[in-house]
Amino acid sequence: MATHEKDALTGTETTGHEWDGIKELNTPLPRWWLWTFWGSVIWAMGYFIAYPAWPTLSGYTKGVLGYNSRLELGKELEAVKQSRSVWLDKFEKMSVAEVAADQELLTYAMAGGKVIFGDNCAPCHGASGSGNSGYPVLADDDWLWGGTVDDIAQTIRFGIRTDHADTRSNVMPPFVKDELITVEQADQIAGYVMSLSGQGTVPEGDTALFVEHCASCHGQDGKGLSDMGGPNLTDGIWLYGGSKEAVLSQIKAPKSGVMPVWTGRLSDVEIKQVSVYVHSLGGGK
Amino acid sequence: MKHEIFEKNAILLMVAVLVTVSIGGLVQIVPLYTMEQTIEKVEGMRPYSPLELMGRNIYLREGCYTCHSQMIRPLRDEHERYGHYSLAAESMYDRPFLWGSKRTGPDLARVGGKYSNTWHVAHLVNPRSVVPESVMPPYAFLRKKELAFEDIQDHLRTLELLGDPYTADMVTNAKDDLVSQSNEDLGDPEALLGRYPKAKVGDFDGDPKRITELDALIAYLQMLGTLVDFTTFKPDVNAR
Repeated sequence: MATHEKDALTGTETTGHEWDGIKELNTPLPRWWLWTFWGSVIWAMGYFIAYPAWPTLSGYTKGVLGYNSRLELGKELEAVKQSRSVWLDKFEKMSVAEVAADQELLTYAMAGGKVIFGDNCAPCHGASGSGNSGYPVLADDDWLWGGTVDDIAQTIRFGIRTDHADTRSNVMPPFVKDELITVEQADQIAGYVMSLSGQGTVPEGDTALFVEHCASCHGQDGKGLSDMGGPNLTDGIWLYGGSKEAVLSQIKAPKSGVMPVWTGRLSDVEIKQVSVYVHSLGGGK
Repeated sequence: MKHEIFEKNAILLMVAVLVTVSIGGLVQIVPLYTMEQTIEKVEGMRPYSPLELMGRNIYLREGCYTCHSQMIRPLRDEHERYGHYSLAAESMYDRPFLWGSKRTGPDLARVGGKYSNTWHVAHLVNPRSVVPESVMPPYAFLRKKELAFEDIQDHLRTLELLGDPYTADMVTNAKDDLVSQSNEDLGDPEALLGRYPKAKVGDFDGDPKRITELDALIAYLQMLGTLVDFTTFKPDVNAR
């Protein structure tokens, strides 16, 4: 049987166990630790009473404070909406163009639009609209589908080449694969397209070839038709690269991008804000 | 020394162990019987289509969940960045659920439809090509690896056994559905959409000749968070 005794050196009791003459001190827990421990236990009991805690067979205990994170969020969002109502109401009633024309609303739109752009648009179009290969630069004055603030809003709302009924959509045919032109003709057209932006001279007779196959979307002069989403080929701004090889590859087997539908993901007000922001980035028309 | 009582009475010790372990067990088991109240009644949820299911398996295999959560919490900042908070109903066909616990990358619970397929290809092949500040590793090999789906029917059967509502029709047509979802020119996309409404059909990885692991993964990513019809969701009724 263990015998308790006081250690002479420390004055602390031993546990009473002894192994080959070695005894173990029974040092009590530090006071601060013990108080914190019991404090936590009491706190937990209070928490159980105040907040949702225990699962029951038909739900869970709700707690006397009636806290609910989903309802709290609803209240918070409602409060935010109230505090912004001064200009939110105007946003809802006005068209994008009207918002852009109103200096005070423009300030609000720019601040919100910047955040929305960062969260949703920057992954493709780059931070502050600097673009990526295949994703248009938004910070210049070259617009595929029109650069007025209404055009931009339309593009954002319904996307490009999506399954939405109002989507903007066009298809550049694979000219060589569909045997609309020969490989040689494709090469000639590519040379002509390069010359449009001042690279190389125009070969004789190629204007007719361009007009026949390309003008319906890119315009007689190659300056693009934004109604059709036909890019301007004369400004030296390229979506899929500006080398002759890149242009040729686009004629042979064209790539075409997809922009998602943002209606539903962004609210009407958010779309207006970000439209105004994008319009301001570079050369909005 | 009060624990002397336990140390000297083996029966009493066993009873005390049983009581302690039971508490731990009950805490885990009791909530399973309250599932009916936990999972909201929503419209639109359906089990994964075969291609999405294979994509989900790749998501698991590559450990995407270690850096990406799939759980939007009911907090204002998350609501503004990612959209409506996640519902229990939205992971009802997830075994195991992929809520995650860490966000090195963004939450993916509602990433479906946010980017184009082309973007996902570019981003998975080399994340830095579209997001310069990204620290995500490249997954270019997924584009080269053909998807192994010989056993797709077994995957569906297993989940059916666990209670997912796969019908005999779905199991029989699993292979056809997988192929037609990955290429709208093959098979019968209409039949697929009949069985799996809102499924995204298309050539996801930009290579129509093969069905790769990238096809499956992007098909999965493009449906995340898109199923529930939130126009019919009532937050007050479902406040829990």
